[in-house]
Amino acid sequence: MNRKKLQKLAESLCRTAKHFNKIEVECLIKLFHTLVVEPSDRHAIVGLDRNTFRNILHVTFGMTDDMIMDRVFRAFDKDNDSCVSVTEWVEGLSIFLRGTLEEKMKYCFEVYDLNGDGYISREEMFHMLKNSLLKQPSEEDPDEGIKDLVEITLKKMDYDHDGKLSYTDFEKAVRDENLLLEAFGPCLPDIKSSMAFEMQAFQETGDM
Amino acid sequence: AAGGVGQGLVRFPAPRPDSVYLPLLVTGGGGPVPIATPPTTAASRASGSREAGAGARHTSLIFAETMGVALTRAAQWTSAGSGTGTLEITPLNESLLNDIIKFADSFSSRHPQEAAFVFREPLEWKTQLDYSRFELGYEISGTTIQSEERDKDDQPLLLLSASTIRVRSFGQLSRLLHVAMEKRLKEAQACLEANRDPIVKILGPGYGTIEGEDMSMVRLLDRMKKDDDPDTEIKMKISLLLQQLDMQLLNSSLKRISQEVRLTPAAVKNEVDLLKHFSGEGENTVLESLEYTSDYEFSNGCRAPPWRQVHGEIGYLIVKPHDTDPLYITCSTAGVFLNGGRGKEKDDIDYERKSDIYKDLITLLRERSPKFVENMAKQDYTFFEEPTYEKHYRHMEIVDAEDLGQSQKFYDYSEKNVFEKTKSPPLKSKPIDKKLEPSLKWNDKAANKVMKEEKENRAIVPESKKKANILSPGPIKGQSVSKRKVSDKSDEISESSSESEEDEEQPERHQEGNTDLPSEYWQIQKLVKYIKGGNQTATVIALCSMRDFNLAQETCQLAIRDVGGLEVLINLLDTEEIKCKIGSLKILKEISQNSQIRRTIADFGGLQIMVKILDSPDKDLKCLAAETIANVARFKRARRTVRQHGGIKRLVGLLDCVPLGSANLTPHLEKDIEVARCGALALWSCSKSTKNKEAIRRAGGIPLLARLLKSPHANMLTPVVGTLQECASEPSYRLAIKTERMIENLVKNLSGENEELQMHCASAIFKCAEDEETRDLVRHHGGLQPLATLLSNSENKELLAAVTGAIWKCAISRENVTKYG
Repeated sequence: MNRKKLQKLAESLCRTAKHFNKIEVECLIKLFHTLVVEPSDRHAIVGLDRNTFRNILHVTFGMTDDMIMDRVFRAFDKDNDSCVSVTEWVEGLSIFLRGTLEEKMKYCFEVYDLNGDGYISREEMFHMLKNSLLKQPSEEDPDEGIKDLVEITLKKMDYDHDGKLSYTDFEKAVRDENLLLEAFGPCLPDIKSSMAFEMQAFQETGDM
Repeated sequence: AAGGVGQGLVRFPAPRPDSVYLPLLVTGGGGPVPIATPPTTAASRASGSREAGAGARHTSLIFAETMGVALTRAAQWTSAGSGTGTLEITPLNESLLNDIIKFADSFSSRHPQEAAFVFREPLEWKTQLDYSRFELGYEISGTTIQSEERDKDDQPLLLLSASTIRVRSFGQLSRLLHVAMEKRLKEAQACLEANRDPIVKILGPGYGTIEGEDMSMVRLLDRMKKDDDPDTEIKMKISLLLQQLDMQLLNSSLKRISQEVRLTPAAVKNEVDLLKHFSGEGENTVLESLEYTSDYEFSNGCRAPPWRQVHGEIGYLIVKPHDTDPLYITCSTAGVFLNGGRGKEKDDIDYERKSDIYKDLITLLRERSPKFVENMAKQDYTFFEEPTYEKHYRHMEIVDAEDLGQSQKFYDYSEKNVFEKTKSPPLKSKPIDKKLEPSLKWNDKAANKVMKEEKENRAIVPESKKKANILSPGPIKGQSVSKRKVSDKSDEISESSSESEEDEEQPERHQEGNTDLPSEYWQIQKLVKYIKGGNQTATVIALCSMRDFNLAQETCQLAIRDVGGLEVLINLLDTEEIKCKIGSLKILKEISQNSQIRRTIADFGGLQIMVKILDSPDKDLKCLAAETIANVARFKRARRTVRQHGGIKRLVGLLDCVPLGSANLTPHLEKDIEVARCGALALWSCSKSTKNKEAIRRAGGIPLLARLLKSPHANMLTPVVGTLQECASEPSYRLAIKTERMIENLVKNLSGENEELQMHCASAIFKCAEDEETRDLVRHHGGLQPLATLLSNSENKELLAAVTGAIWKCAISRENVTKYG
């Protein structure tokens, strides 16, 4: 990518990804290109495919839950083309690393709303929490604890008592207790890994 | 005082500033004179000349003086100065009188020649002896009695007419004492009272004492050389004999004075508190009520106003026995006695002594109230069983004064004792059961709350009937609340409570019981299970859910502990998961309001981990850790742990935030200020230990506190001033408060809205105003006006106490007094 093109792209992305300045955007674009496997086909879409992206999440941000990583990929991949473009990359990272509470709530809700119907249902919760407890072999129903945990969560967050979480429920619960932002699994980087990433991206990439 | 001025005046400097001078006046051969020496301590001078004069009137003068051939006296006079004072019947006076009588009695047999010497003037007094006593050796004619013994001019040496008796020789005095028999003490007293200057009467005005050195002996010798008058020689002998007696009396009274048990404010307080414990409504109490006249206690433990403390007075009580009118009692270092009570104006106490002096309050009350004696007998069992608790309790009181400034609180410790006795053995820290079955202990607890009320009451009654009526019969719940207070209290104590850690062991309230557990118990147990066995996500959900329980409620606090939750919560603090740490601290912060929880947190090493968390880059985490430390560090061991693990330095580090005055702060900077506030809260708790005060200073805390003192927010100022006020017990802080210009801000905050803050400011000023420059600074910054305003407007007793103290100290400077006027 030539200099002029980079400048132009950075300028436009700066406007949508508000939390980065132009230099930072340039760094992220450069980083994107080091991560992207150059497609053999010149006309193929340039971007991070699911596996590459999941690899980044796992290695750089320490995520482990396959399902959540999948959902994070879907949240980045706005146009649903199974590929994170440079625009999606920069805009996604803006929220992922530096988003406001509001932005992060929307992002997390999107991650947790597995079928994208605007609600987090009992089943979705069960699905996301099913590995969160140590199995007690002594118990007759190994899922009993998970089911109970789902009920506890609903009791805590389902303000309108309709048995599922709307965005309104979720927002209210998180504003009341920020710890519930990542209620159904870690989908945001912790402070250490995000600082490490920013340092790497903005300093080392900048020197390239 | 008539006559000359005392020679050989021996004055004993007061052993303590609150005691009065005891001028002991001894004469040589010359005329002894009782001299009213006003107590001239600085305090009495400061209180104005009128007060000093009044003081002199009340001062007991002890003096021994010699007179005539056989009469010597040493006496405590109720009033000194005027012609006829009255001798008080105190043990000291009585024994001195007896010594004098013994001397006079044996005088004629031991020194027959001197006994015949005729006084220059007769000793004259009103006698109470009736005529029938005078038989052999006396001539009785009508209303006149004369001695058969006469002088060379044929005048009788003893003449009694119309109950006035005149005696002119030691021989006759000896005989008279013999005649008086059992009334000799009264007669000797009357004689001494009527003849305040006996030596002049006996030997003549020439023997009156002269200011300066005692020349009487020299003059006598001169005269002996000049003429051969045998009288002079006798006079000389008498003079020498009297001097001898004088020394003897002086020695014995000194011995007695030094043996006298002097009361202290602490002893008085103990006695009052003990009696209070047995007082109240009902037939079996020893007294109906027992109150101090003043709620304010000075730092030396006295409640008497300073100008009365000069006279050794400690405080005043109004005691209402069952069977007599209210007694107005003065407690002084010399003992306990009745005063004149309160005048029409409510605040005026008539300080004049109206009764004998008793060695303590109980002795006085035994004398005054038969009902008291009777009910005391009933209480005997408890009364003498009490000492161990009393000790414990006294301990609390002292600390109370230290920790809460001047406030006075009374907690019924017997209530606590009852609990201790009826409870099953204390719970040891319980190992966490894998299956987390409900602990039996907890069981007991629930039972205690729900079912066992009756049983509990019954359990108390047989143990001691007396206690039952002391205990206010109330619902168990109420008792548990007040017990909570007791244990909270004992937390605060620990600092000054010597080095013992006895108070650390809290009684557990458990009882044999059934399995009726509240539903919260099961739910909390389940949540703890998820926290233990879940990953971060499950843990956070469970932690958040746990916060929905009423964590201020003891049931929940103890449920968390009893299912092993505390250990789990503390373990979470040691992980890398920030969310789990925050969730855990949010719970620990709440439940550490409970003193038992505080101790368990400390036992599990929670403080060390929280101190480490203070280094975290996450500000929320820092705040929560500091706030939790603030709660936990309310007992000595915890404060020590914080210090020993470097907590003080880190907490002081939290105080370092941007200048507070700056407008439109970013959320980032606001957070820093919140961190500083939490740090100050924790330091406030920690600053109750002397070593921590020093540690805060060494960590550079003083300039940071000074900077935070400029904050406009009461929630920041309260912990900051609280810490300063606590530390102002140290001279280094008092100096710093002066030099770092903190007085100005302390004065400014006297005029705020927040009473707690005002109280701490006043208390800090009170502690610092020992120093003259500081007093001037208070005036200079206009601090006197707000203090005066608070005094007249506030109804908050603790605030009033602090303000009164501040004003009292400030009033040491004359300019401040003038300004008030």
